[in-house]
Amino acid sequence: MANQARVGVEGSSTVLSGVGSETLNLRKRSRPGEKFIQGTLFICGIISIFTTMGIVYVLFTESWRFFGSPEVSISEFLTSTTWQPRVGEFGIWPLLNSTLITSFIAMVVATPLGLGSAIYLSEYATPRIRSILKPILEVLAGIPTVVYGYFAISFMTPLLRLIFGTSTVQIYNMASAGLVMGIMVLPLISSMTEDALSAVPRSLREGAYGLGATRLETALNIVVPSALSGIIAAFIIGISRAVGETMIVAIAAGAGPRFTFNPFEAAETMTGHIARISSGDLGFDTIDYNSIFAIGLTLFIMTLVLNILSGYVVRRFREVYE
Amino acid sequence: MSVLHDPNPLNPNAIEARGMSIYYGAFRAVKEVSFSIESQKITALIGPSGCGKSTVLRSFNRMNDLIAVARTEGEVIFHGQNLYGPDVDAVEVRRRIGMVFQKPNPFPKSIYENIAFGPRINGWKGTKAEMDDLVEQSLRGAALWDEVKDKLKESGLSLSGGQQQRLCIARALAVEPEVILMDEPCSALDPISTLKIEELMFELRRQYTIIIVTHNMQQAARASDYTAFFLMDQDRAGMLVEYGPTDQIFKDPKDERTEQYISGRFG
Repeated sequence: MANQARVGVEGSSTVLSGVGSETLNLRKRSRPGEKFIQGTLFICGIISIFTTMGIVYVLFTESWRFFGSPEVSISEFLTSTTWQPRVGEFGIWPLLNSTLITSFIAMVVATPLGLGSAIYLSEYATPRIRSILKPILEVLAGIPTVVYGYFAISFMTPLLRLIFGTSTVQIYNMASAGLVMGIMVLPLISSMTEDALSAVPRSLREGAYGLGATRLETALNIVVPSALSGIIAAFIIGISRAVGETMIVAIAAGAGPRFTFNPFEAAETMTGHIARISSGDLGFDTIDYNSIFAIGLTLFIMTLVLNILSGYVVRRFREVYE
Repeated sequence: MSVLHDPNPLNPNAIEARGMSIYYGAFRAVKEVSFSIESQKITALIGPSGCGKSTVLRSFNRMNDLIAVARTEGEVIFHGQNLYGPDVDAVEVRRRIGMVFQKPNPFPKSIYENIAFGPRINGWKGTKAEMDDLVEQSLRGAALWDEVKDKLKESGLSLSGGQQQRLCIARALAVEPEVILMDEPCSALDPISTLKIEELMFELRRQYTIIIVTHNMQQAARASDYTAFFLMDQDRAGMLVEYGPTDQIFKDPKDERTEQYISGRFG
């Protein structure tokens, strides 16, 4: 012990003599904890990838069974406007049409309201008002969709029937489901749009104000165009959310596929149909059972295309104000 | 406290600050600044960081209004009116007192649209040909026309930094202000672009009153007619120490602190 201390003293007294450098250890160390964490995180990533691949695999193989059976053909699936498994009619259009109409109504509600509230929050609201309004919007995003569904059937539908008459508006109808779905998508669009608007540099706003622009002129002519990629991405993600939404349409839009363009009539959407059919008694490998995978595959392709589209839009317009 | 410069009797003041104090919340950033700025001259505001010179500059076109916690006391007189009077519209003020910022900030639009934006929001009623003409005049005024005349449809962001800053000057000229405020307009530019902006300022002086904040003392010395020196007081509030013709400030400063700053002893 005493000896070592003496060496230390000598080492420090002879600066740069080389004795001190012996204590400097730069050799590689093994860090088992680091390896373990890295491995664990890698597995976490792999699990989500495999799950996605598994879902896609099942969708394709089961759909393959469906399209392989003698009762259906892909051309019938893509062109027929009747979906009646009892009589062997499998045209996707009634379901697809209803999905498109409810989603369209939802976006008609959610886009202007979401954009407007985002502009208000980002350009007009004082920090105090924003600190009150943002949490309220986030609560809206946290409401379970089944609650929205009952809100549609117990409030929106009676309201519509009151306004347009009980003879025009059926008890189950696409308009009610679509409107409430719009309220559900609203906070998503609003918060994504607000993020995009807030990301626009302050200097651009100052440039506009410095020229004598009002808040509205600055927001509409400078901030919104600069944030367009983010706003479009928010819009597209909103559509995918509406297309994939199940509970609201299952409760309020009606059961039974119907090919109609009248939003006040009942018509089952793709998601609503899957939910209803799969909750009944279905034998494995029956045509009914397989048909829901074909619908699921169609839904999957739609949302996939929308996601790719939003990714493309974000990349295409990003860095526009750098 | 403040030193008042005696304005030239033949040349009216463009802007006059009277006992102006600016607060950010409870913090007083600038205290009791009084001075008058002569029209069609270049006035430089100099001083070390944090001395409130940018804050003073931004108070001249009520840019500080955009900061929720900012508050201004005292008066800023422009054409006999107090810009901080109760019924004065900040948007109208900014239309007449334009601004060029530290970092070039062209809008993500075409060069043409960058210029046309200001006139359009200010109620432009002319024809397309007249707008073409206004765009050309503004770009010529900012000595940028020859460089961009063949690519007016291209994005303002495709230009170099110095060109972007001249585009921002052209954009300010297009709304025909009387005063142009420049907040360290060359700090992000290379020396050649800086020289171009300075030459441009001398050109613009014929028509416009220019107030420029600069960190660069050589720039203040060579490119301004009057210089105002600001300093942070013990209570961390910025104040005006000395104001006068640039020659006098740089060659024969009256205040010891000015002399120390100019000779590079601090700041």
